[in-house]
Amino acid sequence: MANLDLIVFLSLLLLGYLVGSLLEWRHYRSIQQREAALIHQATIPSEALPVGKYQPIGLATGSVVISVDYFKRFLAGLRNIVGGRITAYETLIDRARREAVLRMKESTPQADMFLNVRIETAAVGSQHLSKRGVACLEVVAYGTAVISQA
Amino acid sequence: MELTTLQLIPGKRIVEHYGLVTGSTIRAKHVGRDIMAGVKNIFGGELRGYTELLKESREEATQRMIAEATQMGANAILNLRYATSAVAPGAAELFAYGTAVRVE
Repeated sequence: MANLDLIVFLSLLLLGYLVGSLLEWRHYRSIQQREAALIHQATIPSEALPVGKYQPIGLATGSVVISVDYFKRFLAGLRNIVGGRITAYETLIDRARREAVLRMKESTPQADMFLNVRIETAAVGSQHLSKRGVACLEVVAYGTAVISQA
Repeated sequence: MELTTLQLIPGKRIVEHYGLVTGSTIRAKHVGRDIMAGVKNIFGGELRGYTELLKESREEATQRMIAEATQMGANAILNLRYATSAVAPGAAELFAYGTAVRVE
């Protein structure tokens, strides 16, 4: 029985590593392409209004819930013992934030600028390394979409 | 109802100020969605079911906030903010708040 458990554990680890890495690589490629395509839509997190004439066209939001793979969770579990940087989670949160901002931009393609953009991160579900809980986090980006009137 | 994260609406004058309006909702996860999420938890990546669920919930919180503002006689909400918190295992609270005003 102990042997079987070990096999299941190791195959989950391997599966998580391989599929997780592939998905991450594909996601980053998609993020980079879309960011390059939407670079003309400025996102301004400042509360102060920029100089110029513009017309607000409404609130734009973009959100994403992202989960960490089995391998990374295992790594993070090990990290918890010695402490220090958890690089595996850093890329996860980075992907989620960039994706949320991209979705906000894509929700309002006609906008020229997004003013007072806020990015909110929240852990939803349990964050424990248990079998039952689903460790995932939600990122929401929102701002006021405006059209420039030159 | 005009919603904005700005402190004012460019080109419009605020004629009346009604104060804070809030809207919130607490949602639990769906069993079917949770099974898919369990699979996703091995591979990592986006949990589309949850993204949709939280999006709908945020929409509902916003609608409740708008209803409150409408009742007061406001036609715009300024300085809108969203907040999310996990209140219990498997349940999340979506919260929206802002300043209700009437603009010209």
